[in-house]
Amino acid sequence: MHNKTIAELSRGLREGDFSSEELTRHFLERINRLDNSLNSFITVSEELALAQAKQADAQIAAGEVGALTGIPLAQKDIFCTDGVKTSCGSKMLDNFIAPYNATSVEQLNAAGTVMLGKTNMDEFAMGSSNETSFYGAVKNPWNTDTVPGGSSGGSAAAVAARLTPCATGTDTGGSIRQPAALCGVTGLKPTYGRVSRYGMIAFASSLDQGGPLTRTAEDAAMILGVMAGFDERDSTSIDTPVPDYTAGLNDDLNGLKIGLPKEYFGEGLDSGIGDAVHAAIDEYKKMGAEIVDISLPNTHLAVPAYYVVAPAECSSNLSRFDGVRFGYRCEDPKDLEDMYKRSRGEAFGAEVKRRILIGAYALSSGYYDAYYLKAQKVRRLISADFKQAFESVDVIMGPTSPTPAFGLGEKADDPITMYLSDIYTIAVNLAGLPGMSIPAGFVNNMPAGLQIIGNYFEEAKLLNVAHKFQQITDHHQRTPAGFE
Amino acid sequence: MSLDKHDVEKIAHLARLAINEEDVPTYAQNLSSILDLVEQMNSVNTDDVEPMAHPTDAVQRLREDEVRETNQRERFQKIAPQVENGLYLVPRVIE
Repeated sequence: MHNKTIAELSRGLREGDFSSEELTRHFLERINRLDNSLNSFITVSEELALAQAKQADAQIAAGEVGALTGIPLAQKDIFCTDGVKTSCGSKMLDNFIAPYNATSVEQLNAAGTVMLGKTNMDEFAMGSSNETSFYGAVKNPWNTDTVPGGSSGGSAAAVAARLTPCATGTDTGGSIRQPAALCGVTGLKPTYGRVSRYGMIAFASSLDQGGPLTRTAEDAAMILGVMAGFDERDSTSIDTPVPDYTAGLNDDLNGLKIGLPKEYFGEGLDSGIGDAVHAAIDEYKKMGAEIVDISLPNTHLAVPAYYVVAPAECSSNLSRFDGVRFGYRCEDPKDLEDMYKRSRGEAFGAEVKRRILIGAYALSSGYYDAYYLKAQKVRRLISADFKQAFESVDVIMGPTSPTPAFGLGEKADDPITMYLSDIYTIAVNLAGLPGMSIPAGFVNNMPAGLQIIGNYFEEAKLLNVAHKFQQITDHHQRTPAGFE
Repeated sequence: MSLDKHDVEKIAHLARLAINEEDVPTYAQNLSSILDLVEQMNSVNTDDVEPMAHPTDAVQRLREDEVRETNQRERFQKIAPQVENGLYLVPRVIE
């Protein structure tokens, strides 16, 4: 059952081939048996999952079924789940039982899905390797000596290892797409404002966006259809109708204009990844797509601008963790300031501290213009590059990550090298555009990701483009050894 | 841009973040290299560029100022480190 897609499982449930309870027990058994080697889950919510599955079975028996009724999935541990520990990968929230559900969780519950548990992640979503988690690193199922990527590393590893048909993720600078690429799964970061941020623990509020990690584009379309939509509780949610993302999956790609930015194929790109991406683009040519060489000239400024905007917003957002209302409080504080400083100092890890410090510095008196304002101006330039490109192309393609999965510990001591692993994904967040990563092939048996970037609110187009590729290739169907 | 030990201590105080004495030199080094990366932004002139605060340049929505949430004090205080009589407790602030 674990090798079936959500679309296939949905048919099986409705036709009575198996019950949601059987399906749920099957995945819980796999998690219990196989996740020791991966560490992809922080919490397994077995009791809740079985209760939700029984409820789904009753709904199916009564004929009240939606496409996702009874489908098991996992939530990234950044989404607040009522009554279930929501740690955000941090010691700060190790004792935090969320008192409410994130909107995405509410929507997926209402659609009848079953929550298997909460997936591991970089602490407060700050990282590209899942090594900054308080709960330990996640291992890549394709080679457990390598990282799964981050920050949604637990979600990507769990989907790749068939421990769940789907997991949610969040993407601030590549945190859905890069782990999807490194683990060989399909990941979609929607347009900024498409999916509600309510109850999704904030990292950088002008960049954060939730979305699905699945095996196929068709499955991503089904999940996005539930997660997308206006939410008045998110002040930057956008009130635009949600289309049926599955309707156009099979649309013909003849005449599709694909832009290839020369900046995404230069120095620093692993040659194996480059070959896999070019081979994928050749498949699109066979489907009648037209390739257009384009330039996004400010690409090299994306990582520098991001490491002002994201830390500045993080430093502001994470000021809420003060040891007063929830989360960790240090022992025997001698006064209020000591309580703030030691609670934060003892409960945040090194990467979170670095980003808080950089952010506090960039926003401090006398430095605002040189850093934050400058970064916002550079952000405008990066966004304008995309705007111009989309005047002549339908989608943009390139690699998701410059290299396949790297070794555990290989970049952990060097923040700058780690930051550069998001070189192709960060600009998309700065511009607020939707982006996907799909399996493009393999380099020495490790997955390579193809990134597809679309214009604002063109998720349906991305899903169509991704689905057509998955109809003529089988990279997305390969399973890591030991998880068949 | 190079930050020294004193700078790190000052920023850590602004952020109300305790940093172990022995870790300060490493933070100074890491933060300086991040600032070097960030300063690549200066290679482009942005004098006439409008700053971009949000991807879609949306404006803040307004709504009627009315009570919508129900009082859930007990539920929310159950997860607090220390409460008494419905109040959050912190170390003494006023002598």
